[in-house]
Amino acid sequence: MIDQKLYERYHRQIILPEFGEEGQQKLLKAKVLVIGAGGLGCPALQYLTAAGIGKIGIVDDDTVALNNLHRQVLYSVNDIGLSKAERATHILQQLNPGISIISYNERLDNQNTLMLFEEYDIIIDGTDNFSTRYMINDACVLLNKPLVYGAISQFEGQVSVFRNGNKDDVNYRDIFPDPPKEGEILNCAEAGVLGVLPGIIGTMMANETIKLIAGIGEPLIDQLFTYNALNNQVYQLSLSSRKETRSLIPKNEKEFLKTDYEWLCAAPKQEAEIDPDTFNNVVAGGDVDVIDVRELHEMPAVNEFDHIRIPLAQLADNISLMRSDTLIAFCQSGKRSLQAAKILSGIFGDTKKIYSLRGGIVQWKQDRAKQAS
Amino acid sequence: MSVKIILFGKLADIAGGSVSVDNVADTDSLINALHKIYPEFTNTKYVIAVDKQVIKENTVLNKKSTVALLPPFSGG
Repeated sequence: MIDQKLYERYHRQIILPEFGEEGQQKLLKAKVLVIGAGGLGCPALQYLTAAGIGKIGIVDDDTVALNNLHRQVLYSVNDIGLSKAERATHILQQLNPGISIISYNERLDNQNTLMLFEEYDIIIDGTDNFSTRYMINDACVLLNKPLVYGAISQFEGQVSVFRNGNKDDVNYRDIFPDPPKEGEILNCAEAGVLGVLPGIIGTMMANETIKLIAGIGEPLIDQLFTYNALNNQVYQLSLSSRKETRSLIPKNEKEFLKTDYEWLCAAPKQEAEIDPDTFNNVVAGGDVDVIDVRELHEMPAVNEFDHIRIPLAQLADNISLMRSDTLIAFCQSGKRSLQAAKILSGIFGDTKKIYSLRGGIVQWKQDRAKQAS
Repeated sequence: MSVKIILFGKLADIAGGSVSVDNVADTDSLINALHKIYPEFTNTKYVIAVDKQVIKENTVLNKKSTVALLPPFSGG
C-alpha cells in the first residue's frame, strides 16, 4: 500500500483505471537512466521526476551555456557554467524529494557504459551525437535493456522504443546500420533547432518510458514515430529486424570495450585503402592475414596468394582467425572490403594495421595480367 | 505512374519542395531517378519506407504507393 502522502502526490494518475495504485508502485520501484540532460533530457527528466520514478540517473559531462536556455528549460541564467548533471539533480530533487536522483558528471564511453547500465531498468537516449547513440544502442542490445530513443533536427523529431528483450527485437541499427560520417548530418549547434521541439519529443520519451514501466497502452515498439513541428505532420513507420544487424554489434563485453565508437563516426581514413602494388608489397612483408570477405560461392577464385575466406556478415564472429599484426580485406570491387576494414578497426582499434584492397580482386587480377603481358 | 514521395530532414532541404518521379516500377529505380535529380542524396544515409513499412530490399511500387525517405537525426 502507498502511504497517504504519496497517495496524495500521485492521486491524479492513481485514479486512472488503467494506471491505478499498481502502476504507481511500478514507477516507484523503477530505475531509469537518462543520458544527456539537454534539450530532450530536461523535459523527460521533469516528467519522470514528477511521475515518481523511484531512481533516476542523469549522465552529462557538459556545463550550462546561455545558448542552451531556449530549450533546456530546467536551467536558469544562474546555472551558466555549472555542471548540467549536478544542477538538474538539485533542481529535480526539489520537485520530488521522495525519489532518489543520482548525477554522473562524466562522459559516457565504452569503459563506463556497461557497468552503469547494469544498475538501471530502462535507458533513455537524449544525447546529441552519433558516436554515443550507436554506443548506447549496442550496449542496450548486449545487456537486453529497453532503450527509449529520441532525436531532433531543426523542426523534426523521431521517437522509438527498442525493447531488446530477445534476438528478434528491433534496435536502432535495424533502421540505420552504420553511423553517418562526421559532417554528413548536422547537429543542433550547426543546423539549429526550434526550442519547443525537444520539449515535445522529450516529453514523448517520458511518456513512452512511463507506459513501458506501468505496462499500459502501446509503446512505440517496432515503430519509428516522426513529428514535424512546422506542419504538425506525424508519420509513423513500422520497423522490422534485419539478420545482418547482429554482425555490426559487439558480441560480448570484451568486444564492446574494444570498439572505438568515436572512430566509427569520424571522417573515413583514406589510407585504410591500398592499391594492388602496395597490397603486393605488404603481403610480401609477411605477418599478414589476407581475408576474402566475399560469399563463399563468388568467383573469380583466388589461388595466387594465401588467404582466409570469411564472408562479411560472419567477420565479427571469426576474429580468432586473425592472428597477424596486419589484416587486409578484399572483395570483388573494394566496397565490401572497405566496410570490413571499418568493422575490423572497430574491433581491433590501433592494435592491428587494417587495410582494404582498392578496386577489389577484379582490379588486382587486371593489373597482374597487364604486368605479365 | 507517379508515386507519392515524402522526404524528411536534410533530404527535404536538398529537394526544397515537393518531389515527383514518373514511371518507376520499384524502389531501386525510384532511388536511381532521385539520385540523378538530386546528386547530393548520394552523400546521405537514409532509410526507405513504402506505405509506412521500412523495407530491406527492392520493392515493387504501384500508383497508390507512398515512399518515405528518412535520414538519421543526432540532435538532442
